[in-house]
Order: sequence, then C-alpha cells, then structure tokens
Amino acid sequence: MSDKSGVKRTVYHLGLLILISLFLSGNLAAQHHADNPVINEEDQHKMEEADFQAGELIIEHISDSYDWHIIDFGNTHISIPLPVILYDDGQWHVFMSSNFHHGHDAYKGYFISHEDMNSGKIVKLDEAGHEVRPTLDVSITKNVVAIFLSSLFLIIIFVSVARSYNKRRDHAPKGLQSFLEPIIIFVRDDIAKASIGEKRYEKYLPFLLTIFFFILLNNIMGIIPFFPGGANVTGNIGVTGVLAAFTFIITTFSGNKNYWTHIINAPGVPWWLKIPVPLMPIVELMGVFTKPFVLMVRLFANITAGHIIILGFISLIFIFGEMSAGLGYGVSVISVGFSIFMDFLELLVAFIQAYVFTLLSALYFGMATEEAHH
Amino acid sequence: MSLINPGFGLIIWMTIALLVVLFVLKKYAWKPIMNALKEREDSIEESLRAADRAKEEMKELKLDNEKLLREAKDERDAILREARKIKDKLIEDAKEKAGIEAGNIVENAKVRIENEKKAALVEIKNTIATYSIEIAEKVLREELKDKKKQEEYIRTLLKETSLN
Repeated sequence: MSDKSGVKRTVYHLGLLILISLFLSGNLAAQHHADNPVINEEDQHKMEEADFQAGELIIEHISDSYDWHIIDFGNTHISIPLPVILYDDGQWHVFMSSNFHHGHDAYKGYFISHEDMNSGKIVKLDEAGHEVRPTLDVSITKNVVAIFLSSLFLIIIFVSVARSYNKRRDHAPKGLQSFLEPIIIFVRDDIAKASIGEKRYEKYLPFLLTIFFFILLNNIMGIIPFFPGGANVTGNIGVTGVLAAFTFIITTFSGNKNYWTHIINAPGVPWWLKIPVPLMPIVELMGVFTKPFVLMVRLFANITAGHIIILGFISLIFIFGEMSAGLGYGVSVISVGFSIFMDFLELLVAFIQAYVFTLLSALYFGMATEEAHH
Repeated sequence: MSLINPGFGLIIWMTIALLVVLFVLKKYAWKPIMNALKEREDSIEESLRAADRAKEEMKELKLDNEKLLREAKDERDAILREARKIKDKLIEDAKEKAGIEAGNIVENAKVRIENEKKAALVEIKNTIATYSIEIAEKVLREELKDKKKQEEYIRTLLKETSLN
C-alpha cells in the first residue's frame, strides 16, 4: 500500500517537474519567437535577431543583469527594474534600469553593451566611438539583489534557529533546528575541528559556517529557475572571488612563524633550490595566491557549467523547434528528462561545492596556524 | 568573456553583504548556537557519566549487601553452634548433677535405712527382752508356785551360774 503511494508520489513529482520545465521553456519560446504584427521598438530589435541564438541566451541567463527578468507573456516582458548607480565624470547618476527598456535603449548616454568583454554591462561611447565603462558602477544588479535576499534569508533562518536553541536549552532539537543541527555539527566537527585542530578551530568556525551556508543557499537558489531564485550568484566570478579573498585574507593574517618559514625557507629542501635562484620560495609564494584563485575558479566553474548544461538542453528544444514544431516537441521529452537529471546533479554539486570550498578554506587556516612539529 | 569580467559594483556589494552577514550571524546565531550545542553535549556527557557512576554504585551496593548477608549467615551459624554447645553442656551438667544428687539421695537413704534398721533392731531387741522377761516372769511364776520347785530352780540356776 505504502509502496504504491510512494510510486504514485514519485510519478506526481516527476510530472510536476516536467510541467514546470515545459512552462519555463514556453517562456523562452515566447521570448524568441515573437512575431506579433504590432511592432514596437522592442520587437524591432528582436526581429533583427529572429534566429534562435542558444549561446547568447545561455550567456544572458548566467550573467548578471540590471533588471530581474521574471516572465514573458507574448510581448509583455515582466521584470523588476533595479536601481542603477553610476559615478562618472565627477558626478553620480542614479536611475532605474527600466529606462533602458530591457537593454534596447540608451539613457543619458549610457546603454547596455552587447560587445565582447563588457557584454551585459553599462557602457557609454567615448569621443573615438569606443565603448567605455563609467568610472564607478555600483548598481544594484540582479545578483546584488539575490545576495541581499539570501543574506536576509540566512540571517532570518539562523537567528530564529539560535532563538529556538535559547528557548529549548538542553532539549532535543525541533523543526528547522533539527534539520540544520546535523549540518552545523558536520561543519564544526568534520570540517573545522578536523582541519584546524581542537585548539584553534573556534576562532574560524563563524566564518566557515557562514560561507558554507552562504554558498549552499545561493547554490540551491541558483537552481530554482524563478524569483527569488534564478540568479547565478555562486556562478559569478566576482562573488566567488570575494569569498576566496576572505579566505586568503584570513589565511594570510593568521599565518604564524612556522607558516612563513615554510614559504620562505622550506625545511627539508636541498639548498640549491633556494640559493642562488630562490626557486622554492617563488613556487611557495605562488602557491599562496593560487590557492584562493583555485577556490574562486572551482566554485564559479562548477556552478556555471551546471547551469550552461541545463540551459543547453532546454535550448536544444528550440533549435529543433525552429526546424519543425514536431521535432521540437519530440526533443523536449528527452531534453526535459536530461534537464531533470542535471537538476539533481546540480543539487548534489550545490552541497559538494559548499563543502569543498569550506573544507579547503579550513585546511588553509589549519596550515597557516599549524605549530612546528619535529 | 564577459563571464570572467566581474562587475566592480557586485564585488563591493558582495563584500559589504558578506561582512554584514558574517557579523550578524557570528553575534546572533553562531555564538548562541555553539554555546547551546556545547552545553547540551556537556550535559549529555555529564548525564551518561552520572548513569555510569550510579551503575557502579549499585554494583557496589549489591556487593555490600551480599557481604552483609553472608556475614549475617555466618553469625547466625556461629550463634546456633554456640547455642548447641551451651545446650549440650547444660544437659551434660544437669546429667552430672542429677547423678551426684541421685547418689547422694541413695547414700542418704542407705544411711537412713541403716539407721532405721539399727533402730528397728534395737527395738526388736528391747521388745524381745521385755517379752523374754515377761515370759520368764510368767514361767518363773508358774515354776515357782510351790516352794520346793523354787528352791530347786534357784539351786540349778546357781549351779549354772557358777558353772559359767
């Protein structure tokens, strides 16, 4: 009986997932197959690039943007306009991104670039007609909003969990608390304690817990295709760079004598590797920088790659759909199936990458604070 | 290529957000959570240790009880043995005493019997003497009714006496 209902539930869930995927792909289709006779500026733009460009679509979906695109109905684009904050030529420009009309218009000389390096970013034309970035662009972009939202979620979740800890002192955990407690204890015992050591781990634990849950939450929200998810936060190299920079700064400032000795004058290495050419010190010093660099790239690449694959599968539907509608529907079954598989894989990756980033950070802290042992 | 060209604004906002989250969570979440976890772990540890201690105490108490019981048994046995000994001794003594007493009684009885016998014999002798004298008197009276006979008899008697 329970077996039967379990199977039923699974089928139901799968059906729901397929429906959601179809619905979303429908949106994409509407976006790129707008051939309404009523032509406005937006559609004019679209007519020029009537052919479905999978690459552009994918890059657009995993890049940051100045407004938060929610959904399209035919030609109606529903998106949340976000504030643009620029500092250029000695003065501040603050306006809403809706002035760009979804990236088709210029406003005050600023427009959203479609060129290689600055693609998707606000630029203006200089005297020579080249696209240049404004001096300072601190706009509240889609990713910034997503970061704020996830930060808010983190604070709400963990402060309320902390409150329930205070309320139910010395009692068994309950609700959200019992869901998060094993993860918190896992981070404490198997990441912090194991990598840094019993004596010094407590100092680094708040940072490790924070980045673990920050990365995990944003990874998961990145998989969810609609608001407030859908922003590719942890797949943005700026975000992962900041996270890695924090790890780098903490590592560098925690480095004890033993740590720096190992870098400058590594014991147990033949002298001719240090004098006259300081080969080992150079390699070790490079290691100091490559470690956080690799942290940054690993998280960025893993999350972005997952998104690209899913978007690729979805795009396949429209590539084939352009050839013939029937082919599109046929391919959609396979594509959606693969997308669902990838979603599960990404869910796994979300946990693994949060774990790996935190574990490696903890290992670096452990290396920086390790006492000399002979 | 735009993918690896991070926006400066995003970096600034990300840094600010991360610092704020870090600060707020450190103060209002991780600290109380870690304290509560540690407290609970300590209390569980303490409870387990207390349970172990109680178990140990129970064991000791049981051992003590057993020892006490054994001691009580031993004491009881000792008391019983002692009592039996005393009883035997008492009986022995009583027997001895009774024997002596009986001996005494017999002795006394013997003495008394002897005395009675003697007294009886004396009485018998006396009685016999009295009877003898009476008889002799009677006989004499009879015999000496006449003078002649009296004289004859006295003569015989005298004869006999002188002979003796």
